[in-house]
Amino acid sequence: MDFLDVAWRLAAVLLAFLTLPLLVGQAEHKVMAHMQGRVGPMYAGGFHGWAQLVADGVKFAQKEDVVPAEADRRIFRLAPAVALVPYLLVLIAIPLAPGEGGVGQAVDAGVFFVLAVLGVGVLGQLMGGWASANKYSLLGGLRTAAQLMAYELPLLLSAASVAMAAGTLSLPGILDAWEWWWLPWQLIGAFVFFTAGVAELHRPPFDAPLAPEEIIFGPLTEYGGLRFALFLLAEYAGIVVVSALTAVLFLGGWHGPFADQLGWLWMLLKTGALSFLVIWMRVAWPRMRADQIQKFAWTVLVPLALFQIAVTGVVKVVFP
Amino acid sequence: MTAPGFLSPTGVEIAFVLTGLVTLGAALVAVTTKQLVHAALWLVVALGGIAVEYLLLTAEFVAWVQVLIYVGSIVVLLLFGLMLTRAPVGRSPDADSGNRWVALAVALAAAATLVTVVVDAFRTAWIDLDTPQGSTQAIGEALFRHWVLPFEALSLLLLAALVGAIVVSRRRGGPDASDAQDASDAQDAQDAPDARGAVAPEEER
Repeated sequence: MDFLDVAWRLAAVLLAFLTLPLLVGQAEHKVMAHMQGRVGPMYAGGFHGWAQLVADGVKFAQKEDVVPAEADRRIFRLAPAVALVPYLLVLIAIPLAPGEGGVGQAVDAGVFFVLAVLGVGVLGQLMGGWASANKYSLLGGLRTAAQLMAYELPLLLSAASVAMAAGTLSLPGILDAWEWWWLPWQLIGAFVFFTAGVAELHRPPFDAPLAPEEIIFGPLTEYGGLRFALFLLAEYAGIVVVSALTAVLFLGGWHGPFADQLGWLWMLLKTGALSFLVIWMRVAWPRMRADQIQKFAWTVLVPLALFQIAVTGVVKVVFP
Repeated sequence: MTAPGFLSPTGVEIAFVLTGLVTLGAALVAVTTKQLVHAALWLVVALGGIAVEYLLLTAEFVAWVQVLIYVGSIVVLLLFGLMLTRAPVGRSPDADSGNRWVALAVALAAAATLVTVVVDAFRTAWIDLDTPQGSTQAIGEALFRHWVLPFEALSLLLLAALVGAIVVSRRRGGPDASDAQDASDAQDAQDAPDARGAVAPEEER
């Protein structure tokens, strides 16, 4: 792998990182609007308001950079970067198309890599929640930490089930081993993984850490301008990453008709469909309370994930 | 290729030493800073530094597990505990422990023991880093072929700690709950350590 090849791969990953979250953000504007019987942004850019997010970005960049007087300035400023960068790192390991050229860098322990780095991202929200020196931020940080600890376990267990089925921890390796009948076989795991992933992103209905009606905006209460925009971008990047990971682990990633030529299209379509589902969930369901979120993780998702691991093990041994 | 030596370090060796120094520095700041949450965040740097050291030694799997468990879970748990009890922004004047000289002595003794033992054990052994040594497959095979017994002993230890944590957290349930627990403990006396007796004494009645 020479220098040019590495540079090209990194550029492609950076491009995906810069465009896909914005696409999801724009989709959220429009999908939510149409589900609620309105049209959403229509003016910016002309055609159906396609440039609304660009306009939002310009607005955010123009805002005054405010740090609360009592805040811990260094940590307060560092937090958005800690929240955003991990998602960029994760994209490197996600395979887009079959073969050596379809993934930024094939990581041997890919499943562990992506889950480990995703956990670091949540640290950014915790840092922001604490450093704001605001009691609502602190409450939001507490809920964030509790939610992370509760949902990390089902996330890992359901991913472990797929790794058991494939006999490898590498994401391209899992896709190489994937067969269509894994869909029903790993169905419970897919549900657990996707739900826990959405919960780690604090997307509705799991957005008690933000909960604008109770605790203003949780860890992000004191943030404004560009730093808030970075947190927002991290949320959209998170939707892309969780959807892409669910597609790779449970929906067969690039598998589909004409996978050799059109693999990247299948992967993007599956990721897009799951992202749509995430947005749909926000419109369709009311917010769960913080204690309901905990209860759901420990009494529903963890047992389901353990059951899925048992099913995977039995099938793996009985039909080798 | 020439024989490996201390006088002509490779790039990896230089990076290893530099990362080690950063890790050591972060660890020192973590125990000396008077700002509680900063200590936890410096711990993230120290633990991340150790993960980078594993990566440099091509032990990829161990490195990611280090990040997943220590940075992703243990530090989050620490921060959670700090936020739940007290996490003032700025210095805590009472952050100094009266035990700090004893702690320093213990730390130095532990470090001296570890360094002498490890140096003595691997005196002239060199790892060939050109081929990955710590791939998932290699670790899995070593763990479940040669080290199964220690692995199982460790999991039993963790299970015991888990049961202990549940028992401690249920102690406050009032006299009724503890009676039920004693009764179920007596029933399960011959069984292996089992979380059920501690978790759900009410349901068994």
